[in-house]
Amino acid sequence: MGKVGKIARRTFLIGSAAVLGGVAFGYVMYKRPAKNPLLDGLGEGEAALTPYVLINAEGVTLITPRGDKGQGAYHVQAALIAEELDVDLDKIKVDPGPPDAAYYNTALSAEAVPFAYYDEGVMAETLRDVMDAPMKFLGMQITGGSTTVPDAWEKLRVAGAVARETLKAAAAEVSGINVTALETGEGRVILPDGSALTYEELAPVAAGLKPVNKVRLRAPEEWRYIGKPMKRIDIAAKSTGTQDYGIDVELPDMVHAAVRLNPRRGGALNGFDAQEARGMRGVEAVFEIPGGVAVLADNTWRAFRAAETVECDWGPADYPDEQAEHWQALAESFVSDRQDSRQRDEGDVEAALGDAPIEAEYRAPYLAHAPLEPINATVWVQEGRVDVWTGTQVPRFAQSHVAEICGVKADQVHVHVLMMGGSFGHRLEDDVVIRAAQIAMQAGGRPVKLTYSREEDTRQDFLRPAGMARMKGAVGNGQVRALDLHVAAPSIMASQMGERQGLPMPGPDMTIAQAAWDQAYAIPDYRVTGYRAPRLAPVSSWRSVGASINGFFHEGFLDELIHAAGADPLEERLRMCFHEPTRKALEAVGEMASWSGPRPEEGVGRGVALVTSFGVPCAEIVEVRMTELGLRIERVWVAAEVGRVVDPVNFDGLVKGGVVFGLGHAMLGEITFADGRVEQENYDLFEAMRIDQCPEIEVRGLENGDKVLGIGEPPVPPAAPALANAIFAATGQRLREMPFSKFVDFA
Amino acid sequence: MQIVVDGVAHEVDVEEDMPLLWVLRDELGIKGVKYGCGIAQCGACTVHIDGEAVKSCQVFAGDVWGEVTTIGADVGGFPVLQAVQAAWIEHQVAQCGYCQSGQIMLAASFLGENSDPSDVEIDEAMRANLCRCGTYPRIRAAVKAAAERVREG
Repeated sequence: MGKVGKIARRTFLIGSAAVLGGVAFGYVMYKRPAKNPLLDGLGEGEAALTPYVLINAEGVTLITPRGDKGQGAYHVQAALIAEELDVDLDKIKVDPGPPDAAYYNTALSAEAVPFAYYDEGVMAETLRDVMDAPMKFLGMQITGGSTTVPDAWEKLRVAGAVARETLKAAAAEVSGINVTALETGEGRVILPDGSALTYEELAPVAAGLKPVNKVRLRAPEEWRYIGKPMKRIDIAAKSTGTQDYGIDVELPDMVHAAVRLNPRRGGALNGFDAQEARGMRGVEAVFEIPGGVAVLADNTWRAFRAAETVECDWGPADYPDEQAEHWQALAESFVSDRQDSRQRDEGDVEAALGDAPIEAEYRAPYLAHAPLEPINATVWVQEGRVDVWTGTQVPRFAQSHVAEICGVKADQVHVHVLMMGGSFGHRLEDDVVIRAAQIAMQAGGRPVKLTYSREEDTRQDFLRPAGMARMKGAVGNGQVRALDLHVAAPSIMASQMGERQGLPMPGPDMTIAQAAWDQAYAIPDYRVTGYRAPRLAPVSSWRSVGASINGFFHEGFLDELIHAAGADPLEERLRMCFHEPTRKALEAVGEMASWSGPRPEEGVGRGVALVTSFGVPCAEIVEVRMTELGLRIERVWVAAEVGRVVDPVNFDGLVKGGVVFGLGHAMLGEITFADGRVEQENYDLFEAMRIDQCPEIEVRGLENGDKVLGIGEPPVPPAAPALANAIFAATGQRLREMPFSKFVDFA
Repeated sequence: MQIVVDGVAHEVDVEEDMPLLWVLRDELGIKGVKYGCGIAQCGACTVHIDGEAVKSCQVFAGDVWGEVTTIGADVGGFPVLQAVQAAWIEHQVAQCGYCQSGQIMLAASFLGENSDPSDVEIDEAMRANLCRCGTYPRIRAAVKAAAERVREG
């Protein structure tokens, strides 16, 4: 059992407010003498309340400000509140709430600081705290970086506990019974005689009380939900076709929109001919928007079909036209004036490498996010008010962009965040919302639902960048002695947060060398250098971000060195690993796979990889078998250290999904450019793993660490190198470039 | 033209070549049927026509040859579909859930023909549909559990 009860580094003051017929409990932000634009409109000393718990005559509603892309975020957030509030998860409502700066993400800052995850020194912890201020200042209400659980872990339990204690105080006042004699359960305060007062009844009384902020969070042995298998709150709707997503929005008098945008991203629309489209059945309007054309019709398919017929004269892309030029730009980036970071430089690497080092070049391609629900947004512009319905991870960014386009104030833009049919980082961009707002401004006050066709969705995706590594190493006495890793990639942060959100992005981009420089290995001569390639195609965060590239580079090449040293891939990693919880993940996966047992039979190979990303050490072993039809991935074992598994059922699903995602893209995934356009526009060419290629996957969640961490991303990065290493073990062929299907066949 | 969906006859005035998918979603408001790719690659739009699983993005409105059943059907009349939905809930298959309507319809049609499938047969049948969240291990488990329910009647 880890020391999860580590003292909170921040305190959360929970306040309350009366609402119609009830009470709301939430996080309080005070206007202080210092200027804070988030609190404009408040007087000095006044407070704003952002609720997590709302109780009125209708019942209990839990507000879950992190968006749900399928990772179970609503469920997990609700479970953390319910644990302390004593309500049954199947008897409450969950609402994502409005965009609000007070829902800023406390945990995001951990990834933005130049300290490795295992560094708990004063400097590292101090800077993590300091970085919290800009997150707060910018009101970074973002879902991403596997931060939902770490961010919510204390905040939401405290919110639940304060609400519970205040409701008990209300019950004491109503009944005249001392509060210490009161219990809670199933949404009620229970009196000593067994009778009960419901939270709904008590809400108006609680609204008049000062919230009880001195609360003790329950000890693990008292937990009813946390750590126990739960039924996800959305599972029934998602198994009966009744879950609504953004694409399902329907409003009175709504018009359907489709777009044709320049497939050469960043290029202009020089002219267009929409004569045919205008004459098609159901088409109501065709007009220009920045960089493309929009079609309004009475049905999605009619809008799609009409958009396809528009003849467009496209200007050139703002990046090289051909894929070979993109690789060339990466290859030319390994020069000192493109150096972005050197966060690890131990020993004397140059001397250790000597004259004949082991060398290799690795590559990772562009990838699309391609969640199954194509991106979409519905925007309704009315007098003095704009409503937006969309699945988004960045509601505040969308709100401010829509306000700008529609010429209203941000607080006049009401963003209704909806369930997302997958994202993998796609919905960290709000381009589709911007487009929908541009179109809605020309729709005469009618609500507009813009849906991207699958092809448009892929063409206009902000991709996972392509990356390249040049590595050297040396071995001796059966050990890895030196590792010199140089990675080059375009800056995700400059593209995503700089270009599109207008945020200043000074200093190195920590995603370029993410999961390359900060791994817990002790190698005597060890250097990791990140190079910022020039801006190429626009890029963004893709499930596990830089770690999806660097995990493959680092763990693939390290495996080469271990083999050159004649060492065992698992034993040598264990020997080098200096961080105890990380070592335990490796030990666990080795035990699960019986690594030290009998050697696999001829034609069967096993590969291991360990990648820590988002603070989570994740070790995977992949087993492949050579068959007449090609390589078959038969089994995968995964051990991940998260401090605390909140819901083991959801955890198991997310880990297995992450492994499938990591393996599938390593095998098959690639986006390339020709004539400035993405060449793979749909799932026929941008392939994903299907069920018949899915291995058996065994998962273990470890709870040895003292930080509670999220699991959405960490299972992805080790999958590719573990697979490459397994293929090497089975065939002797070393794969240094994804996708592997370019070099081997998969059965 | 007339089409019968989930036991209800609808008169629709659409182009002969409008895919059934869009008739269901945009003309009849049956939103449980999902659009994912439009080219028969993902299967999110899978429905039944006379019990047979079809990708509704590939069937023209004018070619619908029988009664259409969607995820929104009253499962009381479709015991296999009911068994599949129950197994999907029991095994908590869904993550984002967007593909699952199609997966469930595909599984229901498959189990209607073969209620005692081998692991390989399950994979061969279910490979027609894509899940980007990677719920395949649970899809396998749920199909097996549903098969058991179907066999037990």
